[in-house]
Amino acid sequence: MSNSSIPVRKFDAVIVGAGGSGLRAAIQLSEGGLKTAVLSKVFPTRSHTVAAQGGVSASLGNSEEDHWHWHMYDTVKGSDWLGDQDAIEYMCRMAPEVVVELEHFGMPFDRTDEGKIYQRPFGGHMSNFGEKPVRRACAAADRTGHAMLHALYQRNVRANTQFFVEWMALDLIRDESGQVLGVIALEMETGEVVAFHAKATIFATGGAGRIYYSSTNAFINTGDGLGMAARAGIALEDMEFWQFHPTGVAGAGVLITEGVRGEGGILRNSDNERFMERYAPNAKDLASRDVVSRAMVTEINEGRGCGPNKDFVLLDITHLDPATIMKRLPGIREISIQFAGIDPIQAPIPVVPTCHYQMGGIPTNYKGQVVAADGVPVKGFYAAGEVACASVHGANRLGTNSLLDLLVFGKSSGDSVIEDLATGKVAHQDLPENFAERTLARLHRLNTQTGGSDVNETRLELQRTMQKHCGVFRFKDMLAEGVAKIVEIEKAVARTEIKDKSQVWNTARVEALELDNLIEVAKATLVSAEARKESRGAHVRDDAPDTAENPNGRDDANWHKHTLWQREGSSLSYKPVTMTPLTVETIALKTRSY
Amino acid sequence: MATSTMEFKIYRYDPDRDAAPYMQDISVQVDFEIDRKLLDILTRLKGKDDTLSYRRSCREGICGSDAMNINGKNGLACLTDIRDLKQPVVLRPLPGLPVIRDLIVDMTQFFKQYHSVKPYLINDSPRPERERLQSPEERDELNGLYECILCACCSTSCPSFWWNPDKFVGPAGLLNAYRFIADTRDEATNERLDDLEDPYRLFRCHSIMNCVDVCPKNLNPTRAIGKIKEMMLRRAI
Repeated sequence: MSNSSIPVRKFDAVIVGAGGSGLRAAIQLSEGGLKTAVLSKVFPTRSHTVAAQGGVSASLGNSEEDHWHWHMYDTVKGSDWLGDQDAIEYMCRMAPEVVVELEHFGMPFDRTDEGKIYQRPFGGHMSNFGEKPVRRACAAADRTGHAMLHALYQRNVRANTQFFVEWMALDLIRDESGQVLGVIALEMETGEVVAFHAKATIFATGGAGRIYYSSTNAFINTGDGLGMAARAGIALEDMEFWQFHPTGVAGAGVLITEGVRGEGGILRNSDNERFMERYAPNAKDLASRDVVSRAMVTEINEGRGCGPNKDFVLLDITHLDPATIMKRLPGIREISIQFAGIDPIQAPIPVVPTCHYQMGGIPTNYKGQVVAADGVPVKGFYAAGEVACASVHGANRLGTNSLLDLLVFGKSSGDSVIEDLATGKVAHQDLPENFAERTLARLHRLNTQTGGSDVNETRLELQRTMQKHCGVFRFKDMLAEGVAKIVEIEKAVARTEIKDKSQVWNTARVEALELDNLIEVAKATLVSAEARKESRGAHVRDDAPDTAENPNGRDDANWHKHTLWQREGSSLSYKPVTMTPLTVETIALKTRSY
Repeated sequence: MATSTMEFKIYRYDPDRDAAPYMQDISVQVDFEIDRKLLDILTRLKGKDDTLSYRRSCREGICGSDAMNINGKNGLACLTDIRDLKQPVVLRPLPGLPVIRDLIVDMTQFFKQYHSVKPYLINDSPRPERERLQSPEERDELNGLYECILCACCSTSCPSFWWNPDKFVGPAGLLNAYRFIADTRDEATNERLDDLEDPYRLFRCHSIMNCVDVCPKNLNPTRAIGKIKEMMLRRAI
């Protein structure tokens, strides 16, 4: 029993986050008859999955021949061989099943003339092991994430899932043995703090793109699950790998889907040159995202950027049939008019690489169970979606694999919970003494801090530091300086002050608590990046250049391994990449080119 | 840098501190060359006064969080261009729903009506191994319906919803009802029509069309409601 003075509510399972992966997991648990609580900072359909545009990948082969094994090859190659091949095989094999299931849930996919799910080309999607582009991205116009999130929410309405809307989870509860027993959460409307005591806890809290100044991510993407996990002693995996999406609207950061290039869009520099032909002669504008982003920054750095400050390139679809744009890319047209003041039917869109996705996260296996460094599951703890690192994305994620990830691992984590509860592997354990002490102390500190640091300014400082010191290209000295800066910012985060002390809907308090999470993610990112002395996927350093011995600067002899960052002492350790798939042959290490 | 002052009047109410709501006058320095959207200005104001409370998330008009009443008309702060606004800019919470704090309203009633239309695909036929087929033309019937972001701009601008929020489904709910009626994969059309054939649930709509006027996604709930009525009529003949 506990002497902590907060109310306790008991459930079979608690899911934190109601985006794609949380909602997919919730369907399994609700339809499986478990007493489940789903917590979300926002009403479920406001989760950031809603902003995904281009598609979800599955080798349905609706327009041309495709195979899950080719999808697997593309994903391994896209990951620059850092992805775990058992998890990648699992995801690619499951893809057709989970996408068809989603269609049965009511997802309004676009259709081919035969009435099948419409598929479009996307970056890095190739047939026959890298030979030529293939149509694999299943799409609902350029609103695939919106259509998917609503379909998943609607299925949960049907399943009577119990939601706790506008509740923010603050900390994970673990006992002496390390077993996870639920979370402590804050109800935003009342300011009440409540423990959710569960046999199983699934984290589906999404990404943390708000550690960067310029990000496609929503305000809510503050890495809450990562912060909670780190504070509870769970290591974070491969946090140095962040995807910069090639096409964020210059200045605004709002995403323009890769589906634009899938439909025939072309990137141009100030000479009106289709410059991707030089960087990726085969895949061109549809090369992997890290490759395209680096090419764009190189063009800008070499003076071939556009605009008065030569600080962006152009995404051109003026050659496409306006009817195609209206049918396949209507949302993009709206965004471009709204945020760039440009109708893309008439003029090209100014774009820059923008922070978009975190490849790393809480280490899991392909069953969605959180694992320790030795691969042994942490009892009672599961994670899926962007917060998790299975690892299917390795050093660079392929476009549309994020939506697939959250369907596949949302489902598998839910199935694992059902199985682990049924077999008695996890059951209710007593809450430890003073389980809420640390959380309540944190809240008390925040409520009573005087002469402290400003939340808004501290967050901006953090975001600018990440942008400057850990961007598309990384520099040895800048990384080291960045680590020192983040350590300073961490001190400011520890003494944030809010003026608003109200109980009811206190967004100042929420933002301060989010900053507690952002700092853990930023630190994990910089420390992991500084230490990885090679270039791989999205992590490219000046002191690891392209050489004959290490093509693209990738150093497999020393760095073909996953990073694990521990908050305690900010220490690093490493674990091997799983090279053995479940049923097929290993996809052997190879130099990556498009 | 051409900065100028912009005047705001913002509805403020914190139940912990205020006996009654009041309108707060605030001036902000803006640069019309750089500053674009109302949400950017609100973010700046919040940076100075952290007690100012409103919902926001995606900042690109797809999540539906930051709906509010802007100069008397409902809209999303993130899609509202500040250059188009008459000053002083008057910001109020969405009308017709209980205010929790500042610009944050209690949306329970709105979502209750959405949930009441069974907003999910009903098809109890055995599931095929592959996708259920739907022609591109059949799929096109869902355009203008499935894009709803549940921001509540429409329902909270509808006088019929203000008067009977517990009985009238409202434009958002009805648009979503028709989204499933119009879906060739859905098998519950008759039950859905039965459920709506009611003096309040559907027929409180008097085609005032405020919903069409305010929808930030340019959807047309009145048209969807008309289609439902048409189907009922055809069914009755």
